[in-house]
Amino acid sequence: MTGVERIRAAFAQAGQERRAAFMPYHAMGYPTRAETLEIIAGLAADGADLFEIGIPHSDPLADGPTVQGATYTAITQGTTVADCLTMVRELRDAGVTAPFCAMGYYNPIFRYGVERFVADAAAAGIDGLIVPDLPPEEAGELEPACRQAGLATIYLLAPTSTEARIRQVVQHATGFIYLVSITGTTGVRTELPPDLADFVQRVRRHTDLPLAVGFGIGARAQAAAVAGIADGVVVGSALVKAGGESVDAALLLGRELIKGVQEARG
Amino acid sequence: MAAVQREPINYNAWPDEDGHFGPYGGKFVPETLMPALDELEEAYLAARNDREFMAELAYLQRTYVGRPTPVTYAARLTEYLGGAQIYLKREDLAHTGAHKINNALGQALLMKRKMGKTRIVAETGAGQHGVATATSAALLGIECVVYMGTVDMARQEPNVFRMRLLGTEVRGVESGSKTLKDAINEAIRDWVTNVNTTHYLLGSALGPHPYPAMVRDFQSIIGQEALVQMGESDDGPGRLPDAIVACVGGGSNAIGIFHPFLAYEDVRLIGVEAGGRGIEGGEHAARFADPEMGRLGVLQGTKSFVLQDSDGQIALTHSISAGLDYASVGPEHAWLRDQGRTEYTYCTDEQAMAGFRLLCDLEGIIPALESAHAVGHLIDLAPQMAKDQIILVNLSGRGDKDLGTVMGDWGAV
Ligand SMILES: Cc1ncc(COP(=O)(O)O)c(C=O)c1O
Repeated sequence: MTGVERIRAAFAQAGQERRAAFMPYHAMGYPTRAETLEIIAGLAADGADLFEIGIPHSDPLADGPTVQGATYTAITQGTTVADCLTMVRELRDAGVTAPFCAMGYYNPIFRYGVERFVADAAAAGIDGLIVPDLPPEEAGELEPACRQAGLATIYLLAPTSTEARIRQVVQHATGFIYLVSITGTTGVRTELPPDLADFVQRVRRHTDLPLAVGFGIGARAQAAAVAGIADGVVVGSALVKAGGESVDAALLLGRELIKGVQEARG
Repeated sequence: MAAVQREPINYNAWPDEDGHFGPYGGKFVPETLMPALDELEEAYLAARNDREFMAELAYLQRTYVGRPTPVTYAARLTEYLGGAQIYLKREDLAHTGAHKINNALGQALLMKRKMGKTRIVAETGAGQHGVATATSAALLGIECVVYMGTVDMARQEPNVFRMRLLGTEVRGVESGSKTLKDAINEAIRDWVTNVNTTHYLLGSALGPHPYPAMVRDFQSIIGQEALVQMGESDDGPGRLPDAIVACVGGGSNAIGIFHPFLAYEDVRLIGVEAGGRGIEGGEHAARFADPEMGRLGVLQGTKSFVLQDSDGQIALTHSISAGLDYASVGPEHAWLRDQGRTEYTYCTDEQAMAGFRLLCDLEGIIPALESAHAVGHLIDLAPQMAKDQIILVNLSGRGDKDLGTVMGDWGAV
């Protein structure tokens, strides 16, 4: 199976169980390499459906303070792009089968070499790429490489996206589409915007791809609410913050969030 | 080197419609901002073709900024260096003391007249762009927030106070190297969050399209004036210069004076980057001079030369001048360099300080430390040129803001 197919299968499986897919984000190398592996393997064992594999960058301009701090720590501890792929390989060797979507800014990928990165990522066990500062207009090099390797090119849409923009972006997307819940950077919010369901519907009219919602979600009730309106729930900052305290704290929160997603079973 | 025959390039045709200068430029931003960039481009193109808008901007440039800024013949500096005749384009005499006001006022007026937004965010390094933005916001009655690295707030303290006096909120940035790059990250994060009400007033010829082209166009008034002043006015030499020298941080003062001269292929266009403590140790901001660290890359919305490590993480830079202390450079400069139309060199902190002292001693002008890099290069360049040749230096700003740094450095001067 290609990465695209594995991602589609994970959403299909969740759909069969009449629930949304749960997709945790983790900042690779944070708080340490060993804890990264424990957190991801633990969340997978507890039922996470897919993962966002956060590749650190010195200048994460779409991220709020939590992810900024975690990725900065990872970099100062020497986490490189190659290390992230090695960790992915180790997780695969340890039996983690959930699809992995690499989430990383463009410059480290560009410097690594776009084609080389895609090939190495696919070989290590990555299934799709999310590059938050790379709109489809600039993905002329990345898209063909991903197509060749069977990796999904996962694009983001935002509440500010116009109808024309949505139409344009969905044509380039494979795997699923990442809907940014709020106008802003990553980070937990106490409330999600009231028109989130409308936004999901607006995109739904233009595509059959699974729609996962992320940014701002941190608590069980929020996960449940989002699971009720979308095909996937992405949680980043809240889990990263808990992971900074301990592996157990991250796994405890993960189980809460999974319960939230299951509560919305419809 | 043999002269290469080539078709004349129409420099005005760039960037292309997607905002690329050849392999450089583009729009590398989060999806949330893509509609705002389209809106900005539309508003800007409409304003450029709107006589009323352009007349209002020209009026403010005359009656508020004090344009045209003069060209000054630097007689004693010329005599001291013993080579080419040196002229200074006096952007230090523009209101607020630097060229930054040309762009800040242009964008603030654009927002006010053509966009349905009410709030401005900006970044600043040296504080000159922050002061120019705060000034324009006060003039036009717009709410304004400026992000500034805390290292820069300490070394450009007078400008922090000036911004606050002008009614702007200055927010210190503690991340990364606490300098210009980090201030831009924070300004972009604010913009992503408040994009429905807020315009990002970027201060150099950087960032995603349409900023590099728009900032260039607002700054091109420097070169347009200089073309007339050098070629035709009684105050100038009555002909175009043989070389133009400008410092290059993001590249806005340089592209502003270069652009109107691009078609005059006999005029050498020389950009001066910050060499900091020298290229070898890596403590500098000379993107074009360091083949190891200065590589093609993407930073803050645009593809250009970026100082970075082998893993694609952005390098920490150093310059004595906050305004040049940045890891990337405007994409049009990278492209013009590839065309062989512009050339780039660098001045170390020490050479810039030497230029600073010379201009104080010989011309009675205290330059900004950024501009002092352009002057510092004259020490090498002018003596190599004949006495009937002419150099025009873009004196991008005045040095009041730098007195703290210079006093601290006095022993070394
Ligand atoms: C006086 C002065 N000159 C030059 C610069 C560098 O910017 P740019 O390269 O965009 O002209 C600055 C930036 O702060 C400045 O204040």
